[in-house]
Amino acid sequence: MTRSEFKKTALGGITSNPVFVLVLGMCPTIAKSDNVINAVSLGLCTAAVLILSNVIISLLRKVIPDKVHLPAYIIVIASLVTLVQMIVSSFLPTLNDSIGAFISLITVNCIILGRAEAFAGKNKVLPSFIDGVSMGIGFVLSITLLGAVRQGLTAAFGSGFFDKTMGGFIVLGLMMALFNQIFHIVKQRQKHRAALIERGEP
Amino acid sequence: MDYFVGIVSIVISGMLTNNIVLNQSLGICPFLGVSKKTQSAVGMGLAVTFVISVSSCVCWLLYTFVLDLLDIGYLSTIAFILVIASLVQLLDIVLKKLSPSLYGSLGVYLALITTNCAVLGTANSVIAQGLDFFQTLMTGVSIGLGFTIALILMAGIREKQALYDIPRPFVGFPIALVTAGIMAMAFYGFSGLSFT
Repeated sequence: MTRSEFKKTALGGITSNPVFVLVLGMCPTIAKSDNVINAVSLGLCTAAVLILSNVIISLLRKVIPDKVHLPAYIIVIASLVTLVQMIVSSFLPTLNDSIGAFISLITVNCIILGRAEAFAGKNKVLPSFIDGVSMGIGFVLSITLLGAVRQGLTAAFGSGFFDKTMGGFIVLGLMMALFNQIFHIVKQRQKHRAALIERGEP
Repeated sequence: MDYFVGIVSIVISGMLTNNIVLNQSLGICPFLGVSKKTQSAVGMGLAVTFVISVSSCVCWLLYTFVLDLLDIGYLSTIAFILVIASLVQLLDIVLKKLSPSLYGSLGVYLALITTNCAVLGTANSVIAQGLDFFQTLMTGVSIGLGFTIALILMAGIREKQALYDIPRPFVGFPIALVTAGIMAMAFYGFSGLSFT
């Protein structure tokens, strides 16, 4: 793997952020970002499953027949989720009460199946591992950011709106618009600079 | 009589007060993805209703008569996802034969019903609540209809929205999310309804 490929894969979690750019895995993002603790713990569980499933699927990519690759991926992911479910329910019972229902739903999180389909099924183990780590960190960061904003707003304006589903939709929508605008400005600057260099003005 | 009242409250709560999308935030991907045209929203809603109702019943039977008896309840996630994936495959084959136009308009989202968390979420919650078979069936149907209602309303709004000039950063998903948030506020008004 060359240096530029490494850089591209490792930055994938930011440049193609699963939540704000690819808009995948919306359900747990909105449902469990009502406070920071739920957000971080669900993010970490999802990231763990994502990294492991990327590695395992990449190891098995020559064994799995192409015709049944989707069911095979889903079985791998479901087994990993069951493992996480067992660990959380036996070692962290309080966490299990607050996010337990959503741990089982990691199975159907589109980020994991999406990365398996788009990356791990076609690449070697090390790049897939890096991709899993990068995407996992990207997901944890975005859901934590959303959780922090919603918890702050709940603390400021009282509970009943920002900790409910409706608040989740609206805060996520506004933050996505903000990031769109920032991406747009960054791109405009880059274009402007490229045009200046072309004309020979530093 | 009490049983009947219980069924009515399950139906009302599945369709309105505890709407799967707008109140429990499950099934958001197809809610945002297939809500651009009313016609495909209706088709998608009915397909999801079918999958949710049948899969929650099959999962209930599987859990009660196999997993619970053999004491291997921890395998439920794997077993349920297999049931859902095969049902979606079945629906795929049937729709391709019966209604090619609907099949075309649903496109990739039909296969994605497998990864719709509303389906697995309903199967899990039915087991967790310990309902009987008829209650499970009614829960599945009403949650599916609730999803369909939300999807059709959203599609109606987005068809109108496409005609307006939306500020550039909001084009696409952000405006859809804000719209969904305002719809969720409206649905929150149903939470006063109670039959018990």
